[in-house]
Amino acid sequence: MEHYHMNLNLKVWRQKNNQSKGEFKLYRVENISSEMSFLEMFDVLNEQLIRDGEDPVTFDHDCREGICGACSMYINGKPHGPWQANTTCQLHMRAFKDGDTIVVEPWRANAFPVIKDLMVDRSAFDRIIQAGGYISVNTGNAVDGNALPIEKDKADSSFAAAMCIGCGACVAACKNSSAMLFLSAKVSHLALLPQGAPERKTRVMNMVAQMDKEGFGACTNTGACEATCPKEISISNIARLNQEYLMASLTAE
Amino acid sequence: MTWKQVFISSVGKKLVMGLTGIFLILFLIVHAGLNACIWANDGGEMFLHAAHFMGGNWVPRILEIGLFVGFILHIYQGYLLTVENRKKRSVGYAVAYSDGSKWYSRSMGLLGTLILLFLIMHMSHFWFPNRSNQGFLLGPEINLYEKMKTEFSVLWVVIVYVIGCISLAYHLAHGFQSAFKTLGVHNKKYNKMLVSIGYGFSVIVPLVFAMMPISFYFKWIQ
Ligand code: HEM
Ligand code: SF4
Ligand code: FES
Repeated sequence: MEHYHMNLNLKVWRQKNNQSKGEFKLYRVENISSEMSFLEMFDVLNEQLIRDGEDPVTFDHDCREGICGACSMYINGKPHGPWQANTTCQLHMRAFKDGDTIVVEPWRANAFPVIKDLMVDRSAFDRIIQAGGYISVNTGNAVDGNALPIEKDKADSSFAAAMCIGCGACVAACKNSSAMLFLSAKVSHLALLPQGAPERKTRVMNMVAQMDKEGFGACTNTGACEATCPKEISISNIARLNQEYLMASLTAE
Repeated sequence: MTWKQVFISSVGKKLVMGLTGIFLILFLIVHAGLNACIWANDGGEMFLHAAHFMGGNWVPRILEIGLFVGFILHIYQGYLLTVENRKKRSVGYAVAYSDGSKWYSRSMGLLGTLILLFLIMHMSHFWFPNRSNQGFLLGPEINLYEKMKTEFSVLWVVIVYVIGCISLAYHLAHGFQSAFKTLGVHNKKYNKMLVSIGYGFSVIVPLVFAMMPISFYFKWIQ
């Protein structure tokens, strides 16, 4: 595709801190290259704001290569913007045309309170992981590779679930602010492997309890999470999580 | 982990929705099947036999209590879910995300409310008068076939019934497949099958129901 430049109108959510109300502000950026990433476009905006003596827009980012899950922006009505299976940092400006107006909002969920502008606090996800998203192992000698046979299909499904980068787009997309796609990815990736089996029941119980405590909503299988997930985590993981939970609650003490 | 903890958790609440939803789906099959007797077109003879049995025999009367419990649980839990889920996002989006999911999957509370309003009207047409007379022996058994004829000779009643059936169709278009996912069916081959059966069911069953008032209105059955 041909390289071009564009002028854009940005409608960006500005909010001083968790307590303040926040509002949309309009900005104009000019001469943006179609080869820039969305975050580079924001860098241009921020340099402009700093030059004008204004407060730059705060946003989360780290790897800028689609693997850390930090870059949370809700762009024109979709988490991570218009492309499929993509993170905000990997969204390129060729997704837009000269003269476009782009609306950028933070993830909206009470469990993800806004820290400042577009940056939200996603530590709720960390606490869900702490509640059981791990396996307890004795660290002795490293075992031989392939000492524990694992069916290829299972390993593939587990890997696919382990792709989740904990970005929170599923919560942002969901009408119920449910974290079930995230949780189901974490539970599935361990439930599918023999290493995850010993703590299988307590894991799902504790992680669901923590998810509820953090104030996420209940899943109603609408599928918005799967449609926006940058790592294409399948919604069938949610059904697997439901099964894990049902089995655990039927057989737990 | 106590049962109480299970059923007040977000996943447990959905289990109640799924189980009661499937129970109500089974009820719909029975209800549609019995009422289809009107198309025997025998002046209501076969239908009245069936209706007499359902209203007078103690087996369906006991099952009916289960049906009420199912409905009440489903409706109560449905509203609880809808209200609680809405509270999880105090500040909404300026631009809604509507591409990722079907409108009817996001409108289960609204569709359920339409079904509920329809149900209240439907029960006051048939269930209440019939139960007070036949069930509690307060009067002579009502000829439900004649009652259908009278009610369904009014155009607006027929239209409201059809709207009720359309609401049910969309509720089931999402609800049928969702219920099985909620109960933990994650195998691809079953899910594919259940999605197709679900769409089939949500078209055919409400259509059968809608055809009843329509058949009476246009005097296809006498
Ligand atoms: C004959 C009537 C009905 C049938 C067959 C039916 C069936 C279902 C099914 C199968 C589900 C899916 C459960 C799941 O996802 O696990 C469902 C969900 C739901 N129903 Fe019903 N339902 C009926 C009536 C009602 C009524 C009268 C209301 C309410 C006022 C209602 C409100 C809801 C709500 C709010 C949900 C949850 C939405 C969701 O989980 O996505 N339903 N229903
Ligand atoms: S499931 Fe997908 S959308 Fe949700 S946190 Fe993981 S990677 Fe992000
Ligand atoms: S910045 Fe790491 S995924 Fe986007």
